[in-house]
Amino acid sequence: MSKHPRTEIGLFAPEIVRPAIRAAFAKLDPRRLARNPVIFATALVAGVTTLLVLLRWGQAGSAVSLQIALWLWATVLFANFAEAVAEGRGKARADAFRATRSDARARVLLDPARRDLFELQDVDQLDLGEVILVEAGDIVPTDGEVIEGVASVDESAITGESAPVIRESGGDRSSVTGGTRLVSDWLVVRVTAKPGETFLDRMISLVEGAKRAKTPNEIALDILLAGLSLVFLLVVATLPVFAGWSGTQIPVVWLAALFVTLIPTTIGGLLSAIGIAGMDRLVKANVIAKSGRAVEAAGDIDVLLLDKTGTITFGNRMADAFLPVPGVTEREVAEAAFISSLADDTPEGKSTVDLAVRTFGFAEGNRRGGARFVPFTAQTRMSGVDLADGRQFRKGAADAMARCFPGEGAAAAEPIVRQIAMGGGTPLVVARDGQVLGVIHLKDVVKPGIRDRFAELRRMGIRTVMITGDNPLTAAAIAAEAGVDDFLAEATPERKLDYIRGEQAQGRLVAMCGDGSNDAPALAQADVGVAMNSGTPAAKEAGNLVDLDSDPTKLIEIVMVGKQLLISRGALTTFSIANDVAKYFAILPALFVAAYPGLGVLDVMGLGTPQSAILSAIIFNALVIVALIPLALKGVRYRPASAGALLSRNLLVYGLGGLVAPFIGIKLIDMIVDLAHLA
Amino acid sequence: MAADLIFFALFLAGLTLMGMALGPYMARVFTGRVRWLAPVEAALYRAAGVTGQGQRWTGYAAAVLAFNAAGFLLLYLILRLQGFLPFNPQGFGAMGEAQAFNTAVSFMTNTNWQSYGGETTVSHFSQMAGLTVQNFVSAATGIAVAVAVVRGLAARSVADLGNFWVDLTRATLYLLLPGAILITLVLVWQGMPQTLAAGVTATTLEGAQQVIAQGPVASQAAIKMLGTNGGGFFNANASHPYENATALTNLVQIYAILVIPAAFPFFFGRMVGDRRQGWAIFAAMSVMFVGVLLAAYFTEGSGNPLHAGLTEPGVSMEGKETRFGLAQTVLFVVATTVASCGAVNAMHDSLMALGGMIPLFNMLLGEIIYGGVGAGFYGMVLYVVLTVFIAGLMVGRTPEWLGKKIEAREMKLAALTLLVMPLGVLVLSALSILTGNAQTAVQDAGPHGLTELIYAYTSGTANNGSAFAGFGANTTWHNTMIGLAMLIGRWGYIVPVLAIAGGLAAKPRAPATAGTFPTHGAAFTLLLVATILIVGALTFLPVLALGPIAEHVSIAAGQAF
Repeated sequence: MSKHPRTEIGLFAPEIVRPAIRAAFAKLDPRRLARNPVIFATALVAGVTTLLVLLRWGQAGSAVSLQIALWLWATVLFANFAEAVAEGRGKARADAFRATRSDARARVLLDPARRDLFELQDVDQLDLGEVILVEAGDIVPTDGEVIEGVASVDESAITGESAPVIRESGGDRSSVTGGTRLVSDWLVVRVTAKPGETFLDRMISLVEGAKRAKTPNEIALDILLAGLSLVFLLVVATLPVFAGWSGTQIPVVWLAALFVTLIPTTIGGLLSAIGIAGMDRLVKANVIAKSGRAVEAAGDIDVLLLDKTGTITFGNRMADAFLPVPGVTEREVAEAAFISSLADDTPEGKSTVDLAVRTFGFAEGNRRGGARFVPFTAQTRMSGVDLADGRQFRKGAADAMARCFPGEGAAAAEPIVRQIAMGGGTPLVVARDGQVLGVIHLKDVVKPGIRDRFAELRRMGIRTVMITGDNPLTAAAIAAEAGVDDFLAEATPERKLDYIRGEQAQGRLVAMCGDGSNDAPALAQADVGVAMNSGTPAAKEAGNLVDLDSDPTKLIEIVMVGKQLLISRGALTTFSIANDVAKYFAILPALFVAAYPGLGVLDVMGLGTPQSAILSAIIFNALVIVALIPLALKGVRYRPASAGALLSRNLLVYGLGGLVAPFIGIKLIDMIVDLAHLA
Repeated sequence: MAADLIFFALFLAGLTLMGMALGPYMARVFTGRVRWLAPVEAALYRAAGVTGQGQRWTGYAAAVLAFNAAGFLLLYLILRLQGFLPFNPQGFGAMGEAQAFNTAVSFMTNTNWQSYGGETTVSHFSQMAGLTVQNFVSAATGIAVAVAVVRGLAARSVADLGNFWVDLTRATLYLLLPGAILITLVLVWQGMPQTLAAGVTATTLEGAQQVIAQGPVASQAAIKMLGTNGGGFFNANASHPYENATALTNLVQIYAILVIPAAFPFFFGRMVGDRRQGWAIFAAMSVMFVGVLLAAYFTEGSGNPLHAGLTEPGVSMEGKETRFGLAQTVLFVVATTVASCGAVNAMHDSLMALGGMIPLFNMLLGEIIYGGVGAGFYGMVLYVVLTVFIAGLMVGRTPEWLGKKIEAREMKLAALTLLVMPLGVLVLSALSILTGNAQTAVQDAGPHGLTELIYAYTSGTANNGSAFAGFGANTTWHNTMIGLAMLIGRWGYIVPVLAIAGGLAAKPRAPATAGTFPTHGAAFTLLLVATILIVGALTFLPVLALGPIAEHVSIAAGQAF
């Protein structure tokens, strides 16, 4: 199976930047600005400042005032630009999706039982519950559930996976997605999505960020930023009164500059870009979030429920060892197992042949003529080969074999069988000519590397729970080998649901993934439910994320993306607030040094003139937004670690960095401003 | 100097030990496990019709406000009618309307800002039945609110915060009354007056007649400290020999100010079942305490450069008590302003420019370095909520504290409290200047005058009550406006913080994991201090630059005002 990689979109690719520049101006529309209180306030101040500059043109200091006004506008535009770039990247992906939408008309069956009676109907007229016919070569017009037929479907438009998948009625593979293409056969499909609300439509609007609702944490952060802005408004608005007490007049434009540098414009300007970029990173990982809320919740996950099969272990049990009874060599057991499995096409049989070839070098082509194969049946619960030379080889379930071939060997095999079962493995007894020779140890093979991932998750404070239908004994053994923290054996949909509720009652956030309809309740109950794209419509409806690759281990990546999103937001908030210290030290002495020359001691940066100090602070304030756009879009580098370690590191980089960086930045800009005689 | 620093270190060690001892006791008191006054308690509840049923935050807040309103009304009436009431040997008449409003608000809000002179305005009855009663119950109110807040933090998915009337009663019966009695005894032993007689008339050496005022001083001094009230019996407050007799009473009174506030973090640690959480907050408070104490000590110890050659080199002793000296004065100045006490043993107006900025700074932070009884702790809770919210995201989870998510509602309320100090200090001060009321009230010109004005409104808003002196506060405008400042400074915190506690109480507590934002340990303590300084203090840097800092640099340049 090959995967065509999604095209990587450069951070500042011209096809993104050019429309983003246009959008930055379009976003000056007050109704759109009002969504972001900090930037809205900045725009208001910029407007008032511009007006004042124009009204008082020609007075002393007009040139500097004009520059300040322009930089205030630049601050707003930079923030708009950041958002536009993030949206642009989403749009580029959305366009790729949109291209797959078909304009062809759909064949609506008048009678679901007859495939020859249909009328053509526009795709955007298709209503819920209508039954349509899709044939080979057609693009599936909308989301639906297969009610009749089997077909292979190319889903590469959505998943990027080029190998076609089978879709059939009934079971867990009955859902088809609009935009995919039938490669063979035909399907009768019941429409499950209203026009304009198909999976593809939702995906497009999500990646575009068009209908992006603010997430709970974003709303809370907005409130804090608005509160801080209000505090600074009080500070700046009362300042002329206190300055007047000391006989100082402060130009209104300078006050405006002070206000805008103090309010958290950096995080205010980048907040929505961070959110959109987070969704974008998920899409890149081939995961579609139905809401930003789910991505945020992914960062908070305390417990991960993972299906054993396919996630923690390879789907099938594999032969691990040949264990002879006393008096028999391992080679004899291996040979008997090898011959009896030659015709066995089950994964167990194949892995037995494999192991025998690997350890003893039997030649696989070594099939003898005249052999008769005995297939496995539910009654006999054994299979094997009768060779032409009369030798008989059998392998099968321990109890069936013991009943069929009682004797010394069977008795001797019993403790071995028990031991394997105790260890969570599956024993298969091997017999030759009615004599039990030994036992094949079949076991669930844990995927390599999965243990390290769980250890990584544990360091992040996330507990992994393995879900399996196995009995507790088997489950415990695999759980121990895979290094999960807990397991849920003999899992039924109800037990899964109860387990999730139990964890949630203790205040934990739970993530799980699933594909079957019987997973739907648990997916809905979980705080983060990842539905496999190959799953049933019910499962996809219940989950709040859909993994297009249908890869259950993706859950781990989703958690990482969520955490990275939150860290980026926190780091930039901290950085933004820490910046204020330097800005105070740049602007306050500039404002007051005329009244109290001694206050020059506060000018620790030694800036050129009061005018250049203020101009430099406002330029730094605007440029830092642009400088941080890549960080906002790519996200803060994240390596799994404990919260304590993350805090220390990020505090050092973004807290201390936020304190120090503006001192250096403002000083540098001031030097340039002085050199260029801008102020 | 080394001796002074050792004295400070020993003081802090003593305070820590007292807090560690008192915190667990408070936990037992407020979980109803201290029962030795149970019959008294029961009788009080019966008389008042208190069932002790748990209240939601709305019920709790309503009870606080109703109790405050009733206390205000009673005190206002007493002050207005004191001429007709008993125990009035000096025959004082009614207090003026605006001043009575200001005084009643002041004592109800645990501020004890005094625009009056005690010995020349207020009768013994007003002192005992009016002011001293509020000294107890306003302190108990603050404690009760903080206890409710801690309960909210410790609770798991619970709707109520406890019962205000029960908390109020227990705070008074088991904490304030026994403490005050103990301290009173020490103070009386050290020679402070405790009498209902009028002042005595003495003949001075020159043969002049002088009335020496006295009264039930020791008992009021005890609770004014323990309850971080600060309202002096005498106008000169704790610099009056009758109100602060010896170096020992000075030390005892400083400890009395800080002991309950310092015990709160330990109480909190007990209640939430994780003492490290309490230690982190105590450490943050102590780090800042040491910082401001040393800053005050060194700025004050360097003396006034303008006096060089005029007086002996060294500490400027103007406005300080020679009985206490520099260390005990600075310690008192810092203690009374980090907490919402406001008692003074020196004239803050006479401190050096930067030395005078320290107490101002302490109050502007919102008095959270230990802070007022209860008020300091719930003020700190708000800063922790902010810190957790700003920095909590950096560990890759949405912000949480003690396993409880900090969400939009908490942020809305916390952001509201951020506005309280700027509103009370900056806006009301600016209005005073714009209306011309400030110019007539201050005694000095230039930056020092601005400091006097800012100090008055800060003292009111922060519910401190200490006076910088040099500010004529007894005008209708300032009585009303500072009264307003005290109200928003009190209720502007109590109502939102109770609402936050109520919301948090209803949330489940997620168990801590390796991924949980650590709210204990050095990194968090540091972060909390940084947030307080950047979010709390920087707001006032502009006005401080125009006030004390401008004065300081001017003095250095040889200019006085």
